[in-house]
Amino acid sequence: MKIHEYQAKELFSKYGIPIPQGRPAFSVEEARAAATELGTLPVVIKAQIHAGGRGKGGGVKLAHSADEVAAVAGAILGMTLVTHQTGPEGKLVRRLLVEQGLDIAKELYLSMLPDRGTASVVIMASEAGGMDIEQVAATTPEKIVKVQVNPLLGLQGFHCRQLAYGLNLAPELVKKFIPMIGNLYKLFSAYDCSLLEINPLVITKGGDILALDAKVNFDDNALYRHKDILGYRDLDEEDPAEVEASKYNLNYIKMDGNIGNMVNGAGLAMATMDIIKLAGAEPANFLDVGGGASAEMVENGFRIILGDPSVKGVLINIFGGILRCDVLAQGVVEAAKKVDVKVPIVIRMEGTNVDKGREILQASGLNLIVAADLKDAAGKIAKIARA
Amino acid sequence: MSIWVDNTTRLLVQGITGREGRFHTSQCVAYGTSVVAGVTPGKGGQDSDGIPVFNSVRQAVAATAANCSMIFVPPPFAGDAILEAIEAEVPLIVAITEGIPVADMMKVKNYLNGSRSRLIGPNCPGIITPGQCKIGIMPGPIHRIGPVGVVSRSGTLTYEVVHQLTMQNIGQTTCVGIGGDPVNGTNFIDCLQAFNQDPATKAIVMVGEIGGSAEEQAAEFIQQQVKKPVVGFIAGLTAPPGRRMGHAGAIISGSSGTAQAKIEAMGKAGITVVKNLGELGETCARSFQGAI
Repeated sequence: MKIHEYQAKELFSKYGIPIPQGRPAFSVEEARAAATELGTLPVVIKAQIHAGGRGKGGGVKLAHSADEVAAVAGAILGMTLVTHQTGPEGKLVRRLLVEQGLDIAKELYLSMLPDRGTASVVIMASEAGGMDIEQVAATTPEKIVKVQVNPLLGLQGFHCRQLAYGLNLAPELVKKFIPMIGNLYKLFSAYDCSLLEINPLVITKGGDILALDAKVNFDDNALYRHKDILGYRDLDEEDPAEVEASKYNLNYIKMDGNIGNMVNGAGLAMATMDIIKLAGAEPANFLDVGGGASAEMVENGFRIILGDPSVKGVLINIFGGILRCDVLAQGVVEAAKKVDVKVPIVIRMEGTNVDKGREILQASGLNLIVAADLKDAAGKIAKIARA
Repeated sequence: MSIWVDNTTRLLVQGITGREGRFHTSQCVAYGTSVVAGVTPGKGGQDSDGIPVFNSVRQAVAATAANCSMIFVPPPFAGDAILEAIEAEVPLIVAITEGIPVADMMKVKNYLNGSRSRLIGPNCPGIITPGQCKIGIMPGPIHRIGPVGVVSRSGTLTYEVVHQLTMQNIGQTTCVGIGGDPVNGTNFIDCLQAFNQDPATKAIVMVGEIGGSAEEQAAEFIQQQVKKPVVGFIAGLTAPPGRRMGHAGAIISGSSGTAQAKIEAMGKAGITVVKNLGELGETCARSFQGAI
C-alpha cells in the first residue's frame, strides 16, 4: 500500500525523524491558512499524488507571499500532473502539502527496503541526492553506500557508522544522523514497510539534517496488524475497478488492451495475458480469481471485466484441479446469464471432469466459444480482437 | 528415484483441523501419502479423520517419527509455525500458506540458515513424487511417473505445465512448487542441484515469472553445472512495471525483474525457452528426445 508524502511525514514526526514544518491542505483557503500558521515565507507548495517526479512535472512550487500561496495552490489543485511514474494520462491533484522553505546546503539520498535475495533489510545512502537512484547506481555506483541488516540481529551501531562515514558527514552531523537512522529503522520494522525512501535528505545551511521528501510503502500482507495505516488509504489514487475487485478478494489490474481475461492463479493469468499478446491482440486486464475460484468469484470477475467499455471479447482460462470443471462451467453459465454478457467469450478449460464441463458450456445456449487448448483459445480470441 | 519426498516420507500437518488443512490432508491420504500426525495447539489428544493430533510439533515428531511437515496455518501465525518446525528439526517443511508478511519470512529465512531443515514455499502448491507421495494442494491425477523434474514459482501454471507433459506421455520424477513470495525457502538452484544429482531425472522443466533475479541466477548455475536438458518458461512478458501481479513476489521494480531479462539470461545459458505456453508440451517432447 502507498501513502502520501504528508502522511509519511506524520509517521516520521511520530518517530522523531526531523522534517520541515508543514501542513496538508485540501483547498486554496486551507493552503493560505496553512502558510499563515507556519508564519514563514517563502513556503513550498507540493502536490500530493502517489507518484514520483512531481517537481519536474510542475507539481512543486515556491510561494513568497500570501497571495502567491493562493495563486500557486489554485494552479496546482485540480491540475492533471503527468510524471514519468503516472503514465501519459497523469493524475488529478486533490491534496497539497504546504511546507516551510529551507536554505539547503546539500542533498543526500536514503532508503530502506527488504532485499528478497538476502532476506535482510538493505539501507542505501548516497551523496548524490535528489537524483533517480537507479541512474546513480548505473552511472556512478561508487557514490552509493549500502549496508545489510539481518532482521534477527537488528540495526547495530556499525551499520549506522558505515552509512554516516560513507556519506562523508561532518562530525556534528554524524551525531544527528545516527539517531535518525535508528528511528527510521524502528519505523520501518514497526510498520512492515516495503519501502522507505527519502530523496532528498537535506543538510541545511544552519547545519540541520531533515527529510525533505518522504515515501513510505507497506507490505500488503502485513496490513492486518496495522489498522491505523488503513486510514491513510486514498481511494482516489486507485483505479475504481481495482478497488471494486479488491472487495471480492479478486486480483484485478487494468491494462490498455481490448481482450478481457479471467484466469485462476496468478502465474497462469500472466501467461494467459502473454498468449493474448503473442496472438496479436492486447490484454485489457490481469484478473486472478484464485487457485480455487468459486462461481460467485467468477460472477464478480465478469462484472468487473465487462465494466471496461474497451473490452471486445473475453478469454476465460481455467485449470480445474480440486475445483472440478463441471462445477466451474455451471458457475460461468449462471454468471453469464446474470450479468447479460454482450461480447463473445472464449473458454478454455482443462483438468478434472473437463468433458462434462465442456458439455455444460455447449448446451447453455449462450455465446460461448469453447477452445480445445491454449493455442486454439489464443487464435480464437485474436480473431475477435481483429473483427 | 525422486528428490526429497517418496514412499518413506512420514507427514505431519500443522493446521490439520482447519477447513483447508483437513480437506487437503484427506486428498494427500487418498493419493497414498503416509500422514502420521497433525498439530493444532489446544487440540492435542484428539484425532482428525483418524489422524492423531498433538499440541506441538515436538510432541508429534517424538510420538510418530514424522520427517516432513505440511503447513496450512493462517498467515498471521504461519511464520511462527514454520519456526516451530525448524526448532523441532523437521527435515522437510512445506508451507502452503499464502499471504505471510515479508518481515516474518525474512526472520524465518535467517533462522533456517545452519538449521537441519529445508523449507519449500511458502505460498506454493507443494511437492509431489508421482505414484509415491503428494504433499500439497496440486491435483494428483494430472501427474504421471516418469523422467522429468519440474520446478516452478507458480500453482495452476505448474498444473498446466505438468498436464501438457503428461499429455505428451512424459512423466515426472518430482514436481516442486517453490512459491510466489519474494522471500522463500528452497530456490531454483536448490531444486536444479537435486534434479541434477538424481539419476532418475533425465531432463528438467523450469517455470519462472517476473520479479527478483532468481531465474537469472538459476540460468548461470545451469550453464555451469547442469548436464541435463532444460526447458524454461517465464510468465509476465506483458506485465506492467511496479504492479504486484497476484503473487507478492511477481513485481517488476524499476528495471529489474522483467521477463525479457530472464528469458535472455536463460537463452544465453543454453536453456530452450518457450515463449508461448501453449507450445510447452510439444517443445519438451522435441527437446528431450534422446535424453528421456
